[in-house]
Amino acid sequence: MIYNIFKGIFSLYIDGFKNMKVGKLLWKIIAFKFVVFILIMKIFFFPNFLKTNFNTDEQRSSHVLENLTKG
Amino acid sequence: MEDSLLVDWSRAQFALTALYHWLFVPLTLGLSFIIAIMETIYVKTGNIIWKEITKFWMTLFAINFAIGLATGIIMEFEFGTNWSNYSWIVGDIFGAPLAIEGLMAFFMESTFFAIMFFGWDKVSKQMHLTSTWLVAIGSNLSALWILVANGWMQNPVGMKFNVDSARFEMVSFWDVVFNPTGYSKFLHTIGSGYVMGALFVVGISAYYLLKNKDTIKAKKSIVVGATFGLITSMFLILSGDESAHQVAQHQPMKLAAMEGLYDGHKRASIVAIGQLNEDKKIGDDTDEFIWSIEVPYALSILGFHDMNAYVPGINELVYGDNDGHKIISAKEKIAKGKIAIEALKSYKEAKKFKDDVKASAHLTIFRAHEKYFGYGYLKDEKDIVPNVSLVFYSFHLMVGLGSWFLVLFFLILYFSMIGKIEKKRILLYSALWSIPLGYLAGELGWIVAEVGRQPWAIQDMLPVGMATSQIATSAVQTTFWLFAIIFTSLLIAEIKIMFTQVKKGMEDH
Repeated sequence: MIYNIFKGIFSLYIDGFKNMKVGKLLWKIIAFKFVVFILIMKIFFFPNFLKTNFNTDEQRSSHVLENLTKG
Repeated sequence: MEDSLLVDWSRAQFALTALYHWLFVPLTLGLSFIIAIMETIYVKTGNIIWKEITKFWMTLFAINFAIGLATGIIMEFEFGTNWSNYSWIVGDIFGAPLAIEGLMAFFMESTFFAIMFFGWDKVSKQMHLTSTWLVAIGSNLSALWILVANGWMQNPVGMKFNVDSARFEMVSFWDVVFNPTGYSKFLHTIGSGYVMGALFVVGISAYYLLKNKDTIKAKKSIVVGATFGLITSMFLILSGDESAHQVAQHQPMKLAAMEGLYDGHKRASIVAIGQLNEDKKIGDDTDEFIWSIEVPYALSILGFHDMNAYVPGINELVYGDNDGHKIISAKEKIAKGKIAIEALKSYKEAKKFKDDVKASAHLTIFRAHEKYFGYGYLKDEKDIVPNVSLVFYSFHLMVGLGSWFLVLFFLILYFSMIGKIEKKRILLYSALWSIPLGYLAGELGWIVAEVGRQPWAIQDMLPVGMATSQIATSAVQTTFWLFAIIFTSLLIAEIKIMFTQVKKGMEDH
């Protein structure tokens, strides 16, 4: 029973991917975006400022409070 | 102190990303429901032509979805890098809605997405139809949680500022979820998505009718699109009315900018169409408009649902009005805000030296002036005024386009019902060229919402200048241009793929 359900889900995806027409090109675009946005942009251009520069939440809140209260 | 160049570039980058992201979202919101309606007709009638129609629009939906996928995640990157003060301060509020969005809506959407595209001959008709509806509902639920977060920025409710952690902490989840600004924004935003979806279906169907190609399917599609568009256009007007009502309650400066209203009035009019006097300065006596056509009482009714209501103008909101309306001047708010900031600073120092008595006294002062906290960062009273021309023209053009879409849907539906739509070539060309106008109207709506609330990142609490990270301006400039190039390339790719599919016709999808 469970085997058949998993087999059904598996074949849904496999047959679906095999029979795609414009879908193949779309998956290439999604893969390109994943590489550019997630792997390149996030790692090299968009580090999390507070996580990168401070180790604890206490330090982060101190930094933000400092920004909010400096004259 | 804030670096205005850094703030401007950070804002420009966020605007670029948000505007680009919004090119894809509305079509997903609207087209998903239109597809579900078309498939419902197929399941109800058993007519195979409706299956082919559904599959054609589903292909265009997939193209839009795939190209738009992950464009929103860039904004999350920007929060962490460019807007770290803001991210930290709102983290507790935004965490819950965004987590719910990720867990519930996104997974629902993506799980049933596979069945919708791959399951035509694998699952029963009913199961497939259910999946299609769930994709539509899931897409719209995603929008709900994002707009709850955005609504909170426009009207922060259900929270308390924790002076030790420097965060707004959620006091009431339900106040945040049922924030009237949030849900009116949600309804108006999804409404605009539905109209966009309808314009897309009507416009592409009109193209086929003009080319005399796939006419039977195009005629059926155009009826569904125009009916959906007509109903949702009326819904858009109602939700827009509620949205403006909320703006009047919580963001009076935005309303004044939307209407170019410098001097407040009772029984205020709406400017239906007009040209702003660009030489007009805040506080002077020159006319606001070079010419205008007004609708009497309409602004009082729109803003307060009362034709005799007083609507404050930019001058009253900047300089105050003690003449019965008790509007505090921006100068006074700035002074109160500075007291709050100073009290917070003193509180922090007292805590550092473990002087609880002093800390408690400073905290009391802070709480008494907390309402005006954000104003303390403004340098000048006129800083509370957004770009009036941009907001005014964006608002009026958006409303004008929305009105045109209503007329368009009505005419298309009427001529379709009497069987003369193919002969109305000017109308069909108008429908085709209304597709880009739909996108324009949606983007203008966001310009009104976001430029209109400047200088605030969080209304009255945090100006954009205090929300940014201390990073190099050149880093933001570099990524701005990188995004501009990548986004433009993706947009060209989408248009090209979409055109290719449309040119192929409605067969074989």
